[in-house]
Amino acid sequence: MKLLAVDTSTYVMGAALTENSRPAAEYITHVKKNHSIRLMPAVRSIMQETGWKPGDLDAIAAAEGPGSYTGVRIGVTTAKSMAWALGIPVIGVSSLEVLAFNGRYTGGVISPFFDARRGQVFTGLYRWEDGRLVQLKEDRIIPHGEWLDEIRSLGEPVTALSPDLEKHEDLLQEKLGQLFKPAVPQDHLPRPSSLACLAADREGTAAHLFSPNYLRLAEAEAKWQEKQKEQQHERK
Amino acid sequence: MKKETIILGIETSCDETAAAVIQGGRTILSSIISSQMESHKRFGGVVPEIASRHHVEQITLIVEEAMEKAEVTFEDIDAVAVTEGPGLVGALLVGVNAAKAIAFAHDLPVIGVHHIAGHIYANHLVEPLEFPLMTLVVSGGHTELIYMKEHGEYELIGETRDDAVGEAYDKVARTIGLPYPGGPRVDKLAQTGEADIDFPRAWLEEGSFDFSFSGLKSAVINTLHNARQKGTEVAPEVIAASFQEAVSDVLVTKTMRAVKKYGTDRLLLAGGVAANSGLRGALQEAADREGIHLTIPPLSLCTDNAAMIACAGHFLYEKGKFADDRLNGVPGLALESF
Repeated sequence: MKLLAVDTSTYVMGAALTENSRPAAEYITHVKKNHSIRLMPAVRSIMQETGWKPGDLDAIAAAEGPGSYTGVRIGVTTAKSMAWALGIPVIGVSSLEVLAFNGRYTGGVISPFFDARRGQVFTGLYRWEDGRLVQLKEDRIIPHGEWLDEIRSLGEPVTALSPDLEKHEDLLQEKLGQLFKPAVPQDHLPRPSSLACLAADREGTAAHLFSPNYLRLAEAEAKWQEKQKEQQHERK
Repeated sequence: MKKETIILGIETSCDETAAAVIQGGRTILSSIISSQMESHKRFGGVVPEIASRHHVEQITLIVEEAMEKAEVTFEDIDAVAVTEGPGLVGALLVGVNAAKAIAFAHDLPVIGVHHIAGHIYANHLVEPLEFPLMTLVVSGGHTELIYMKEHGEYELIGETRDDAVGEAYDKVARTIGLPYPGGPRVDKLAQTGEADIDFPRAWLEEGSFDFSFSGLKSAVINTLHNARQKGTEVAPEVIAASFQEAVSDVLVTKTMRAVKKYGTDRLLLAGGVAANSGLRGALQEAADREGIHLTIPPLSLCTDNAAMIACAGHFLYEKGKFADDRLNGVPGLALESF
């Protein structure tokens, strides 16, 4: 099975081609530059290098979020539009799960996270068990301090993986102490070949039905819903 | 015989997800528009993040519907034209990236289209453009007079210095308590009232083709405010009618002056506010009086649609003006000649 995988959910941009989970090409950058300009040239480049044609693809894997709203949309729109045009399915994978894949030779638990501003992070909890990545706690948005208190109580070593590690390193040290296990810099960047590997044994979605998993309502929507609730409460 | 060029057009610059298929630059094989207005109504205006979320959910459904209705396959399509800007950046990005991905899948060229060029070319779908011509572009973000000597040659001869017409309409609508979207409601209300209030017209310097609507907007707000303080009331339909007359007066007078100065007898009305009945009527009357041939698109082609994008894209295609893989959504894109 030939897969194209794209991930633009953070400043790390990735595109990969895999055949039966074996990487044929992989393109990763970690620069604060526009994914909308750079994704399609990256895809074309790896397709040209491998000599693959769009018609050769069996499915397209995309990191579905959470992450930057605009970033996630660029990858998801590209993946679903290309999949629809080719008549093949899209396979969505959590952007956090893709990052957690990098913790595969660690013991203990893996907490991948993306900075979500105002002290919050998008995160979840994973563990590598018998050559498989298992989710222990669902992806969520949560104040980072509160999250770290929660996972510290498990008493296990924690591998925290994030392209935004620097900003959160002090807090991780403070909250986790000895339980905090550092990782090498490249393991903090989600790899599109991991995304393809995770996608390989999953069911695809029809392109029309595929949309981002933002894990958070748009601000205006959240405020509107809150107002509706208040009004309902007042009526009671 | 060479078959006629077929262009797939995509438009997502604001709150409509639209796709269309155009043959030979003029025949609309299909034009599908999915409006998000119902979703944005509760916020009193378009919320960019919510617009972007809707676009990504809708995009492939709308393109598929356009192709099915047109009864074309990817083999029939010569190029994919998409709105590059101006517009809401997050919204534009969905259309641009969808267009690039669809084109890549079938090895088709991509064409980036300026949204306002699209509005101008909506007229070409009504009757073929003849040059030279003058266009009055009126929308929520634009108020411009553009002179064209040839396909793809745009000469900006006047523009608004503050609010766009559509913006002024929305603000006045809010002031008199009309819900979103305000523009069409002000227009409707204006038809039931007399234009008894003489609101100020901003003519600016002698010979200028620029516009200004902020003074007029303030005058409307002040009139209502003063009346309230005195405990009297001004009928909203009178406000609406008087405001609409002041707007039309300036737009029509300046446009007719521009037509005369540039010595053309062809005039186009373009943009979302071209749906305004007061303006349509006043401009038609003036054009008839002066023997000017005026083209106004039907309502369905005034508001945002992808047929106009595919139509403008057709002429870029003819000139071989293709975008590359790096095509991006550009919120403040300038209208450049091609």
